[in-house]
Amino acid sequence: MTFETVIGLEIHAELATKSKIYCSCSTAFGADVNTQTCPICTGMPGVLPVLNKKVVDYAITAGLAMNCEITEYGKQDRKNYFYPDLPKAYQTSQYDLPICKNGYLDVEVDGAIKRIGITRIHIEEDAGKLIHDGLRGASLVDYNRCGVPLIEIVTEPDMRSPEEARAFLEKVKSILEYTGVSDCKMQEGSLRCDVNLSVRPLGQKEFGTRTEMKNINSFSAAYRAMVGERQRQIELIEDGGEVVQATRRWDDAKGESFEMRSKEEAHDYRYFPEPDLVPIVVDREWVERIRASLPELPDERKRRYIAELGLPEYDAKLLTASKSISDYFEKTVGLGAPAKAVSNLLMGDISRILHEREMESIPFEPVFLAKAISLYTEQIVSSGALKKIIEALFDEEKEPEEIAKEKGLIQVSDESALIPIIQKILNDNPKAVEELKSGKEKAMGFFVGQAMRASKGSANPQLVNKLVKELLKI
Amino acid sequence: MSTIHEYAELLKQRKLSSVELTKQYLARIEKADAQIGSYITVCSDDALAAAGKADERIAKGEATLLTGIPVGIKDNICTEGITTTCASKMLYNFVPPYDATVTKRLKNEGAVILGKLNMDEFAMGSSTESSYFKKTKNPYDLTRVPGGSSGGSAASVSADLAPYALGSDTGGSIRQPAAFCGNVGLKPTYGLVSRFGLIAFASSLDQIGSFTKDVTDCAIVLNAIAGYDKMDSTSVDADKTDYTKALGLPLKGMKVGVPKQYLESGIQTEIREAVENAIKVYEMLGAECEECSLPLSKFALPAYYLISSAEASSNLARFDGIKYGYRAEEYHGLTDLYEITRSEGFGEEVKRRIMLGTYALSSGYYDAYYKKAQQVRGLIKRDFAACFEKYDVLLTPTTPTTAYKFGEKSDPVAMYMGDICTVAVNIAGLPAISIPAGLDKKGMPIGIQLIANSFDERKLLTAAYAYERETGYEKLRPTVKEVE
Repeated sequence: MTFETVIGLEIHAELATKSKIYCSCSTAFGADVNTQTCPICTGMPGVLPVLNKKVVDYAITAGLAMNCEITEYGKQDRKNYFYPDLPKAYQTSQYDLPICKNGYLDVEVDGAIKRIGITRIHIEEDAGKLIHDGLRGASLVDYNRCGVPLIEIVTEPDMRSPEEARAFLEKVKSILEYTGVSDCKMQEGSLRCDVNLSVRPLGQKEFGTRTEMKNINSFSAAYRAMVGERQRQIELIEDGGEVVQATRRWDDAKGESFEMRSKEEAHDYRYFPEPDLVPIVVDREWVERIRASLPELPDERKRRYIAELGLPEYDAKLLTASKSISDYFEKTVGLGAPAKAVSNLLMGDISRILHEREMESIPFEPVFLAKAISLYTEQIVSSGALKKIIEALFDEEKEPEEIAKEKGLIQVSDESALIPIIQKILNDNPKAVEELKSGKEKAMGFFVGQAMRASKGSANPQLVNKLVKELLKI
Repeated sequence: MSTIHEYAELLKQRKLSSVELTKQYLARIEKADAQIGSYITVCSDDALAAAGKADERIAKGEATLLTGIPVGIKDNICTEGITTTCASKMLYNFVPPYDATVTKRLKNEGAVILGKLNMDEFAMGSSTESSYFKKTKNPYDLTRVPGGSSGGSAASVSADLAPYALGSDTGGSIRQPAAFCGNVGLKPTYGLVSRFGLIAFASSLDQIGSFTKDVTDCAIVLNAIAGYDKMDSTSVDADKTDYTKALGLPLKGMKVGVPKQYLESGIQTEIREAVENAIKVYEMLGAECEECSLPLSKFALPAYYLISSAEASSNLARFDGIKYGYRAEEYHGLTDLYEITRSEGFGEEVKRRIMLGTYALSSGYYDAYYKKAQQVRGLIKRDFAACFEKYDVLLTPTTPTTAYKFGEKSDPVAMYMGDICTVAVNIAGLPAISIPAGLDKKGMPIGIQLIANSFDERKLLTAAYAYERETGYEKLRPTVKEVE
């Protein structure tokens, strides 16, 4: 039997606000435990929340970038449950009147465009973090993250493969980055997702029973979780079993999911309208002001790269997927570097080095890349030397010309210095000379290679080419 | 002699210093509060230090009417550095690291905080009997309750253990004890006084207000505590006004509505008579009185208990033994810690309401209970709005009976019925005042209630002040023996 997979996602993104959602504590990551707290975010008796307006701005921004309707009259609700990382014992969230609803994003998988519906985007607060102290056998709580604002993006069950879901996640990430709504630092947990997945025999209309895998904090893990869970469900059905509706935990190290709680054990969150906060009234003027300030989004940017910079679609798509790479590209091109050359390096060597060194961003300014590229385009260094210069720039931000000199990468473009070397090669290789003279262009490669070796890579290959022809009078 | 305005005059004329006045009150608390039991915490040292500062301020001529005058604060209003318990075992050791906005405002006025006053646990109750710490007695008859939940506030002002006090009113918790103890008790419009730092019982109903010995003092205290607070999203950014200007205005042309539903069954005869007498007083003073109708009144009580319990079940969930307050001594694992802490830390009435509220919000019951109650709330508001198109104020009894004996209302529902005249005001977010209207045959105080439209506190004060001037009932005082 052939199965079809049905996937819906819930994505939590930490917003890039400076202060928390209901108090003025900082949201900066990595501070000492419980240093970014106050009576409000630690749920002291008697305190009251005041909504950070920037949170609504960001939610509207995300909603507009994802083609949502903006709710004119929204409200916040309490989601009640007990856990030590939730000091009020309720999370302030939004239940039936989220800020954004009925949106969509188009994603491209294998050349086909697929529209994924977005049910809603709502605002809520993050919880703290439990730290298990094995030495003392105790659990401790860090409330720094408590009250950090989040948006939750909930999709329709529109995705039909882990690949589509991954493409959607990547699209959401790039939009949140472009709009500045979230910095999307996965390692810091600022982007996390829950995966709802079911399978059904191809052609069946009704959805199969779904499971939910919660709090997956990387896209690659999410992808593996989806592939794994799809496999588990299909095998279960093929063995005559039934999928049980449940919340599961994906163990990425083991590559398996485990049941956390069944449907029967599901919490009753007893949502009700938060009486300490007033309704969120968003008028047209507010929405239009944000719409007018929306930056260029990845799809528009991609189209511009193709139309104005003449990049191939493949390059344009890859570059614009990451705002930081794309911004870097623009700055470098803005300094006069040829677009395709910059694109090749960013997609090739630079992304390889970033990956090898597990770095998130390029550690040197675009001006250094532009200068390095111009050394190459002005034939001062070879393409191989350019790679070496870039590698060196990752170690130290330094003038590319200086690097080229230090490493002896400047090409010899002085004819008088090259002629004796080439003459010697011609004399030593009469057979190759004959081949070249008889029209075998391949032999030229041999001479250039020999000349490069003899000059320890410093010979300008175009010049070698020219001199060989002159000396042989062909 | 013991009102704010009288003391303020003496302080201004330098016939009395704040330190002397504070010492007088601390001495009286020392001698008389053992019988009354109005204070949970007395902070003598802090009070005397504040009094010293107030005297300096008075000397510089920078005093306001509240500078240097002592005050008692209900123990659910946060006071930085002073234990704030909500009269619960759960918070027996909780010392807030911050002041409630009202506390801060009183401190800015140079007020001298004498201590923290007893109450029903988490403000849930109508007799102060549910306090974890002690019973507060009615200064008029020590075998009777002072009312609640702000029983300590009412008793302390009545017995002159404080010139005035702050309390909170969720369903009558200021007006009912004020009536039982013969005080002027004001529950302001929802949103007029900041709730920041008031330990929440039912967020959409709670409001801080005052207990004073007369209406003039009521206006003086309201001037100090009312006003927008950016820390409370539900506080209203209204124009500042001097409420004392409302005192002494003529009543001619004022329209007083008397909702008939409030005088139907179950109202003690003497209280009904007090309302009828008040009608005569108002007519004599030039106001027009007329019977009116609030047909949905009977739904206010059930709606109130659903909404307040639902909100309370969520508001009180934070008391879990993790961060502050009481934690069970022995437990095995997290669920156990929660269950034992909350079972031991909360009293019966609080647990009853948490259970009721949790049930009302549960999936499958929400629509039938919480949602329905909110719909009723909307209708009750409309009921009042219709009345206020015609009338400036409404006149009702504050309570169906005067203060009863300890233990007399052992059935919770019988206790809840005592709130029948006060809860609708909270449901609709309106301002209301209870003023003394004489004594019944047993010598217990009677209170009558005036209700106005939202932010019409001035009309309430005008009407209350005129009645007080005409009748002089505010001068009645119980005799409280001082014990050396």
